[in-house]
Amino acid sequence: MKSAVLVFPGSNCDRDMAVALERVSGRKPKMVWHKEAELPLGVDLAVVPGGFSFGDYLRSGAIAARSPAMRAVADFAARGGMVLGVCNGFQVLTEAGLLPGALMRNAGLDFLCKPVELIVEETQSPFGRGYEAGARIRLPIAHHDGRYVAEAETLDRLEGESRVAFRYAEEVNGSERRIAGILSENRRVLGMMPHPERAIEAILGGVDGLPMFETLTQEAA
Amino acid sequence: MTSSALKPVAEPAITPELIADHGLKPDEYQRILDLLGREPSFTELGIFSAMWNEHCSYKSSKKWLRTLPTKAPWVIQGPGENAGVIDIGEGLAAVFKMESHNHPSFIEPYQGAATGVGGILRDVFTMGARPVAALNALRFGDPEHPKTRRIVRGVVSGIGGYGNAFGVPTVGGETNFHPAYDGNPLVNAMAVGLARTDGIFYAKASGVGRPIVYLGAKTGRDGVGGATMASAEFGEDVEEKRPTVQVGDPFTEKRLLEACLELMATGAVVAIQDMGAAGLTCSAVEMGDKGDLGVRLDLDKVPTREAHMTAYEMMLSESQERMLMALHPELEDVARAIFEKWDLDFAIVGETIAEDRFLILHGNEVKADLPLKALSGSAPEYDRPWSETPAAEPLGPVEAPMGSMEALRKLLGSPDLCSRRWIWEQYDHQVMADSVQLPGGDAAVVRVHGTNRGLAMTVDVTPRYCKANPRRGGAQAVAETWRNLTAVGAKPLAITDNLNFGNPEKPEVMGQFVACVQGIGQACEALDYPVVSGNVSLYNETDGAAILPTPAIGGVGVIEDLAQMTTLALKQADRVLVLVGPNGCWLGQTLYLREILGREAGDAPPVDLLAEKRAGDFVRRSIQGGLVAACHDLSDGGLAVAAAEMALAGGLGADLDAPPQGSEPHRWFFGEDQGRYLIETEAPEALLQAADRAGVAARIVGRTGGEALVLAGESAPLEELREIREGWLPAYMRGEA
Repeated sequence: MKSAVLVFPGSNCDRDMAVALERVSGRKPKMVWHKEAELPLGVDLAVVPGGFSFGDYLRSGAIAARSPAMRAVADFAARGGMVLGVCNGFQVLTEAGLLPGALMRNAGLDFLCKPVELIVEETQSPFGRGYEAGARIRLPIAHHDGRYVAEAETLDRLEGESRVAFRYAEEVNGSERRIAGILSENRRVLGMMPHPERAIEAILGGVDGLPMFETLTQEAA
Repeated sequence: MTSSALKPVAEPAITPELIADHGLKPDEYQRILDLLGREPSFTELGIFSAMWNEHCSYKSSKKWLRTLPTKAPWVIQGPGENAGVIDIGEGLAAVFKMESHNHPSFIEPYQGAATGVGGILRDVFTMGARPVAALNALRFGDPEHPKTRRIVRGVVSGIGGYGNAFGVPTVGGETNFHPAYDGNPLVNAMAVGLARTDGIFYAKASGVGRPIVYLGAKTGRDGVGGATMASAEFGEDVEEKRPTVQVGDPFTEKRLLEACLELMATGAVVAIQDMGAAGLTCSAVEMGDKGDLGVRLDLDKVPTREAHMTAYEMMLSESQERMLMALHPELEDVARAIFEKWDLDFAIVGETIAEDRFLILHGNEVKADLPLKALSGSAPEYDRPWSETPAAEPLGPVEAPMGSMEALRKLLGSPDLCSRRWIWEQYDHQVMADSVQLPGGDAAVVRVHGTNRGLAMTVDVTPRYCKANPRRGGAQAVAETWRNLTAVGAKPLAITDNLNFGNPEKPEVMGQFVACVQGIGQACEALDYPVVSGNVSLYNETDGAAILPTPAIGGVGVIEDLAQMTTLALKQADRVLVLVGPNGCWLGQTLYLREILGREAGDAPPVDLLAEKRAGDFVRRSIQGGLVAACHDLSDGGLAVAAAEMALAGGLGADLDAPPQGSEPHRWFFGEDQGRYLIETEAPEALLQAADRAGVAARIVGRTGGEALVLAGESAPLEELREIREGWLPAYMRGEA
């Protein structure tokens, strides 16, 4: 799989994501600086990593969503490319309009870093295919603005089209319908708050992120 | 901020009041007059006050700090640079330091703590290291004090807000509550970084005519006089000092980190120094002083955030996220391009000169013209009078007003022993995806990226011991870090110290300082565990009341093979628990005494450094030899608390035997005797025989299994103990406890 990881000046999970992608796919991803207007040729997957893209003092991901590299990602997604946004990356994807809804301050107002239990809700996309429907997996979260909100109509539509990818097993941050991750209409774009790239080795606390990277690699082959 | 109203004013005349406002004593001012042979300008007075305050000059502490052991074959850089550096093998070095931000954190908890983290991260990456872990040691006032809750909330979210955005995992720390910190909370931040041993950068400039470059954020009026503020006691006017606290910007710091590391890789950097306390003044003087050079600065070139800033303000500003560098002139364009890529200011503001001169120009005027070497070299140094802390009254017999399990419940739910989950869940402790031992264990462990080695780190001190017996307390703090590192299987290598005390002009406070430093030195010597960096914070007093003596120690060690790392979590039922070290007996200054009997009395527990070393070396060998399934050091709360923590971490019960004949249960279960570990093993005979051969006391004290903790027949379900232990802090922060 050829992958690309976007790098904003305040990204801080870009290296972690690159390590995970290389470990599973056997290929180093290309790192794409936010000022670049094009993705490398032949990329199968573009990843918007976690972090604090431009400091995110006002609205997380808002500035990053308007960067040249994100315009390239939007074009790539429009052509059917696979896009994964994790944590800050999910925020950027909603700000860029690639996914509906928004991520607001956690209901408890504090930053939260801990492992959470998720229910796998969708297993048709290249992101969810490696999991059993309804499976419970554990992934770490680390965010301040992780409360997913959208209009009721949008939420109903996401549910109706089976585009809720992951749901928190228990209330975590006040997200509507406990949504932790959602897919685009064509199921090629996933945004999620939990960090699959932090769950690829037992020594780091778990391997439940591995199936996602494995099926993405298969999809690209 | 608009500053059109702030027109430059004529420099004020030098009066005795102005001198006193700068924290300079009359004899110190006389020293300035003797040095210059004239009256200083206003800017010069500011520069002297910045260089000669306690915070920057260590004038009260230097004499004693010199006595600390700082050398070992693995020490690459000891105290005196931005951070200490040790060799950790495979061509890699660990770079680390701890520093206080106490005064600012009391005045403005969020920003005070945040900029404390920012400052210590800068100290580490200035040396060429990428920060890989942050820790902190926090002391708050009595939970009942009206300000405590707000300070806890602000400090914790400030530490998280900065570290999380910067992208360094905050992996460990410690938190205590005590009324002695009501008016002086302590925020000590530690950072650990990794560099190649051949890629360490220093503050020492070399070569005349090197461009001096200003990097990072713009200079504003924030923090003018901050270092002087940090060297004074607080009175009732503390709220008025808020403007001296700086504001942190972790996004700029993150860019500064990446730009500096990128620039260092090009070979363009001759010397580099971060602008911390006393900003431009301190950094420029250190760069020149260490390289035996003079420095000329042209302040018209300094990027400023506000209009009409005076030379005085620019020289004393403590605006954050700034660096000073001396460059190889031929690589200036390369350097400039890197900083432009990261959208950071890059300005050549001066150069190194041959004469011993600190020359400050602004608006075609000479604002300061001082002998550079004398600014640091001639700083006052005091041998302050000190008095020995009186020996503690003997404790006498101690009654046990309740059963052991009831006492354990009380202890686990007390502010100093309850779970700190509410705190560390606000810190991203997993970013960088190398955190292999998370908060809540004896020591945090971060994998050395791309290898199978681990860096273990911990922060410890027991201030109530230091108060009762400073020499013992200092030694105990060092020994406890050494033990915590050992308990995860690491070889302890070196420490950083953050010495927090009251007003050194009081002989009893100075006596605490001297004895603590002596105790630290003895322990470092005995454990072959030198000091490589540190920081001193004095004048932690409000209205004349001093904090407990608090020499926080940050220890760093290495695990050569992470397969041999151990944790405190119980692993499997029907295994044996072995106590390594002496039997529990000591109740003086224990948490049992304080929480159960409401007394802070007696002497601190004795620290036998030879026994400590023997026991620790034995435990480490046993871990490496595969004899240890789980390991926990015994400290606050003794055997019973250690067993409860191991059981809760593993979700597996434990049954502790009744104490041996002649041993009182409260001493056995809650004594805080030193040099002890509790170990789960599947090979008790081999372990006990090896202990015997090593001359280390060891005995079987219980077994694992079930879903309850049992103390000599008294049982409590783990879930109940978990609720008690997890409950207090969140409830307190909600205002319900």
